[in-house]
Amino acid sequence: MTVDVKTNSRLEKVLKSGQLAVTSECGPPRSSAPEGIIKKGELIKNHVDVINVTDNQTSVTRLCSLAACVHLKLQGLDPVLQMVVRDRNRIALQSDILGAASFGISNILCLSGDHQSFGDNPQAQNVFDIDSMQLVQTVRRMRDEGKFLSGDEIKVPPNMFVGAAANPFADPFKIRVPRLAKKVAAGAEFIQTQCIYNVDKFELWMEQVRDRGLHEKVFILAGITPMRSVGMAKYLRKSVPGMDVPEALINRMAGVEKEKQAAEGITIAVETIQRLKEVKGVAGFHIMAIEWEEKVPEIVERAGLFPRPVID
Amino acid sequence: MIVGEQKPLEEIWEMVKRHKQLTVFGCNTCVAVCHQGGNKEAGILASLLRMKAVQEEVDIDIVDSGIERQCEHEFFDSVRDLMSRSEAVLSLACGIGVQFVATKYETMPVYPALNTTFLGDVIAVGHFTEKCQACGDCVLGLTGGVCPVSRCCKRLSNGPCGGSSNGKCEISKEIDCAWQLIVDRLEALGRLDDYEKIPPLKDWSKDRAGGPRSFKLEGI
Repeated sequence: MTVDVKTNSRLEKVLKSGQLAVTSECGPPRSSAPEGIIKKGELIKNHVDVINVTDNQTSVTRLCSLAACVHLKLQGLDPVLQMVVRDRNRIALQSDILGAASFGISNILCLSGDHQSFGDNPQAQNVFDIDSMQLVQTVRRMRDEGKFLSGDEIKVPPNMFVGAAANPFADPFKIRVPRLAKKVAAGAEFIQTQCIYNVDKFELWMEQVRDRGLHEKVFILAGITPMRSVGMAKYLRKSVPGMDVPEALINRMAGVEKEKQAAEGITIAVETIQRLKEVKGVAGFHIMAIEWEEKVPEIVERAGLFPRPVID
Repeated sequence: MIVGEQKPLEEIWEMVKRHKQLTVFGCNTCVAVCHQGGNKEAGILASLLRMKAVQEEVDIDIVDSGIERQCEHEFFDSVRDLMSRSEAVLSLACGIGVQFVATKYETMPVYPALNTTFLGDVIAVGHFTEKCQACGDCVLGLTGGVCPVSRCCKRLSNGPCGGSSNGKCEISKEIDCAWQLIVDRLEALGRLDDYEKIPPLKDWSKDRAGGPRSFKLEGI
């Protein structure tokens, strides 16, 4: 099949071929040893199209996303460079984009980043020179116009497939689709959503997305995070802002004996994917199995998303 | 106005205890409104320091005084004699006043009694909240009169982020989500369509980032 692809991204090719994409994520280690991230990549590489590498998630200092992406790239995998605007000004952002592109990294996910108060250095200054939407604009300008923000020419522009995040569950709900529209207008080509537990609300959001025709302008990957226990479900519901875990789901987890809760969490994830496969405009799934990467293959297989398409 | 909060007494004491004479010097404008640095507070702080000196058996002559504003030359006329007799000044002004004193009296040690905290308003008696960061490039016309630079914890030009929950910020239930307020205001003004306009990248050269700022009125 020939499709009009702009980059070397496997993700772009899968999505533009009309097949459901599967992405996942790996968090780099809090150490200078690369083996951890390489091992996580190995665990999931046959079951996903690309692998996101988180950028100092929850503001806890880790091995940098760019270096971790390079390690995965050297293993022959296709990483998605997650980049937050919390820690870098526009000079550093553009510089890191060029650096990533120089290693053949073909995907970027533009994020604001969790506030540093959640992390290991709450005393840190934050940067927020530009925001995530403007980072999307920046990468598109660098790629498509071959220009830096200053207007100076980039002799060899970075060639990256550009993504952004969306959280249908944050407030105010009425601007959640308009905010997506802004990201699309800024140049986002794919979207990875926040973890979906309230499927009804997600479907309502998707309905509004379709009403505006946004599903035809951007590929939306539905975020899936399996819950390991009822404790995790309660924690997500109570303590993570912008996370919507319905009471019914907590009761379902609580209704299962402790040793079987992890398996129940996997089953819920699989069922969620199966239900969302039927939702028009869902272009794939982003499976975030936090420090539980070994379960990704099972979820992908049980959800009927295996084998992954072969891309040249 | 400028809001400040008094430093802990211990910290102040450590700065000033080596002097034989100290003038505790209030500033009766902004920091008086928040009851931290006015001439009345200077009097109270001086008393506390005198008690501390007695407790610590340190011999130090502490005088309290104050003027209307420590950031303008003309207000210092009334304290010319006092200043000439002072060995050191503990200023209860904001950081601006402290520096003004330091510049005006080249050889006199001056210490800050306050931490200058923010530019804010008085939303209720005794309740002060930050509203401006003096970024030098005001966007309030675009954001319905709610400042995302000072009131969004990530100073997003295009918020709210995914952490906005029930009108509150992800970092604290005590902090309103600025972008929830912006959306509410735009809706109340019938301008919700403006929400989808993406503003140009902010020019931070007009902010602190561009170096110390100043401006000069011509013809005065």
